[in-house]
Amino acid sequence: MRSPSVDDVMLSVKGVSLAFGGVKALTDVSFDIRKGEIRAIIGPNGAGKTSMLNVINGFYHPNHGSITFKGTTRPRMRPFEAARGGISRTFQNVALFKGMSALDNIMAGRTLKMRYGMFWQALRFGPALREEIEHRHRVEEIIDFLEIEAIRKVPVARLPYGLQKRVELGRALAMEPDLLLLDEPMAGMNLEEKEDMSRFIIDVNDHYGTTIALIEHDMAVVMDLSNRVVVLDHGVKIADGTPDEVKANQAVIDAYLGVAH
Amino acid sequence: MIAFGQFLEILIGGLLSGVLYSLVALGFVLIFKASGVFNFAQGAMVLLAGLALVRSLDLLVAKGFPLWAAVILGLAFAAVIMAVTAWLIERFVLGPLVNQDGLTLFMSTIGATFVLEGASQMIFGSDVYPLRLFPTDAWFLFENAFPGGILVNKLDVWGGLIAGILVAGLAVFFQRTKTGRALRAVADDHAAAQSVGIPISWIWFVVWLVAGLVALVAATVWGTKLGVQFSITFLALKALPVLIIGGFTSVPGAIVGGLIIGAGEKLAEVFLGPHIGGGIEYWFAYVLALAVLLVRPQGLFGERIIERI
Repeated sequence: MRSPSVDDVMLSVKGVSLAFGGVKALTDVSFDIRKGEIRAIIGPNGAGKTSMLNVINGFYHPNHGSITFKGTTRPRMRPFEAARGGISRTFQNVALFKGMSALDNIMAGRTLKMRYGMFWQALRFGPALREEIEHRHRVEEIIDFLEIEAIRKVPVARLPYGLQKRVELGRALAMEPDLLLLDEPMAGMNLEEKEDMSRFIIDVNDHYGTTIALIEHDMAVVMDLSNRVVVLDHGVKIADGTPDEVKANQAVIDAYLGVAH
Repeated sequence: MIAFGQFLEILIGGLLSGVLYSLVALGFVLIFKASGVFNFAQGAMVLLAGLALVRSLDLLVAKGFPLWAAVILGLAFAAVIMAVTAWLIERFVLGPLVNQDGLTLFMSTIGATFVLEGASQMIFGSDVYPLRLFPTDAWFLFENAFPGGILVNKLDVWGGLIAGILVAGLAVFFQRTKTGRALRAVADDHAAAQSVGIPISWIWFVVWLVAGLVALVAATVWGTKLGVQFSITFLALKALPVLIIGGFTSVPGAIVGGLIIGAGEKLAEVFLGPHIGGGIEYWFAYVLALAVLLVRPQGLFGERIIERI
């Protein structure tokens, strides 16, 4: 799964522009994400990286351009439709359901996979009970995988930041996504936590074959993890290629280090 | 000195009337839990549900329907009205305000209150309409143990019974079902809920529908007690101290808060009242709420708010 072929495009972004009033967040951005790869989106602060993720999962609707996901192009996709289609995500500033336990948060990720209605669930009877147990089983696998067994019953608001990020990843994984969007999964973490998180990301990609698009500031992490990198600056794509190509690109170096005018 | 029998009578009466406050408070808790909105319109929804019920009931009885059929049809009609209201509120008031500040949403429910109060009286009339769904006479219990026995109002017992069933049902719904989990998720974080595939507009409709049905239940009991009339909307104000004491996010809290207020204000009236001039029943609840706010701002059962700084 580590070297995807060119024709296996999972998602393609074509000429996407997005503006809030007069502020242009994205201008004519095009790139694609191939099946099974880890695709990094990088760029200086305010480059439009998060806006790009928000467009992909339907929080924002682009003013121009289109998104094609698994062969279907949709002009306006609402977030829950994106989730239904197999896109899950995490957020830059952890967005968990703070009142709930880690377990319930991850179970919430199974919402779409449950079939039986609330009547049978309320009675905890027959097939609905079997279904709940089956989902609980899958969730326990994810909890094992992320090594958070000890905190499953703890309300997430009480957890340290690094673990909250892990629970959030767990919730996204519980959806068994085809495409996983990670918005700065390692922001604010110490070295050890970063290494753990990198390992989880690689394992998810290896074991489940999940396609991943991630935004990250730590260049060492990006170079290690990703197959291909797209670079944004002021809402415009300035480079796209393998980590080595991008690293050598003059426009990228200028964007990061500043350039004398 | 007041006899023990009389004390018991006041306590039981107070507890049972407290349950009736809880019925109204429940509607607030539901919406607050699921959308973080303090719904000022809950009192108006009780009025609307009551009017829809009593007017259709009267009409059906006048047309010669047997009483049981008229009650069933009347309840069904009122439930449909509450469903339509829930849909309209979601579509035109809250839907456009997703991801807005809590205060903005609160203000919008104040607007909804005036529209609901006006519209419901315009459509169904603004008189006092008596409702007779439950018996209103009294039981005398333990006549052997206490002189004169203990007087218990049958309506209050019915109210308590209904509230109990309602709470059990709601607790199961919130804790055990996928929709309940989705409701709690939406209350915590709109964006995160959307990202796991929860359609917010549908969830809000469900919440307002459930709150509308709770309002209908409250209207059956309160309408029998007071008659269906405009002043029923002031119940919303009585629910406020109940919520402060029980906690805004807790269904059991709404019940316990109601019990404390109900019993507290009746006992205070009888035992404290004579010493400070009487008539304290009307403000005692608010003083009690104030005391709770000082000691335990999240209420007895509310979720402790933990902020990381």
